[in-house]
Amino acid sequence: MKPRLLAPLILFILLVAFLAIGLNRDPHEVPSPLIGKPAPNFEIGQLADPQKMFSPESMKGKVWMLNVWASWCVACREEHPLLVEFSKTKTLPIIGLDYKDQRADAMTMLSREGNPYTLSAFDGNGRVGIDYGVYGVPETYIIDKTGVIRYKNIGPITPEILKEKIAPLIAELNQL
Amino acid sequence: MKSLIAILLLMFACHGLMANEAVPLAEDPAVEQRLISISEEMRCLVCQNESLAGSRSDLANDLRAQIRSMIKAGKSDAEIRQYMVDRYGDFVLYRPPVKPTTWLLWLGPFTILLIGIIGLLMYLRQRNTSMDSKMLSDEENRRLDALLNTVETEFKKDARP
Repeated sequence: MKPRLLAPLILFILLVAFLAIGLNRDPHEVPSPLIGKPAPNFEIGQLADPQKMFSPESMKGKVWMLNVWASWCVACREEHPLLVEFSKTKTLPIIGLDYKDQRADAMTMLSREGNPYTLSAFDGNGRVGIDYGVYGVPETYIIDKTGVIRYKNIGPITPEILKEKIAPLIAELNQL
Repeated sequence: MKSLIAILLLMFACHGLMANEAVPLAEDPAVEQRLISISEEMRCLVCQNESLAGSRSDLANDLRAQIRSMIKAGKSDAEIRQYMVDRYGDFVLYRPPVKPTTWLLWLGPFTILLIGIIGLLMYLRQRNTSMDSKMLSDEENRRLDALLNTVETEFKKDARP
């Protein structure tokens, strides 16, 4: 076949390839500008006891997980059993950030479906969420010993993500 | 007649009520104007085809409230934009800044246009030269004239029988 006749075919195949790549990407996975930056500080009351405060400052020296969740969030329920299982391994402290929720609803959910969190901070008006660039609950952050965000996952954690990405990262960060 | 006047009066009364209800929205027109001009240039992250100004999602409401309070606190447009980019990345801007990672985005269309123009020029030039080479020789011209003349005379013969 003449090369001149092949050109449109090649262009078409290229176009299809680009579209295939584009369609298979999740548009909700926006790269977070916070990765590699210090986790924004805050001080808010805890879910179980509004009098007790929580601040990321107190986690310095530990590798920890910040998991943004809410009782109204359906996808959170999907990842909840996995978090409960994972918390039993006591790999690292899991801090919950109860995002734009009602205290009573959140407490009911934890008592019914298990509580994987070392503690949960209560972000009723979502201000902390804005500082962390939260836009699709659940979101999970891994924060290193110096308080720098090393990883962010948007949407529910799957067993694959936990095994292939999060667990190796935690092991690596713990050795630093 | 009396009832008609009463109805008219009532209508005016209602009109007044509605006007009152609309007041809180335009609390400070200058602030709202700036809020709209900033948030129209931003993408709502929950429903990505909507601007922050037009979205009704919960997060968009919160972010508009945040921008509004920042305007009231005397922050500049650039500061507010930076605040949003720090949290959500360049993705939040409908017009991301020109930098190495966005060169393809900004320059891509112009590059493709340029390639198209170059391709077109090359094609046209090639076509012109191939046309030149098909110039008829004098001998061929004479034959062509002769052929055309015979066609013409044949045609004239047919035209007036």
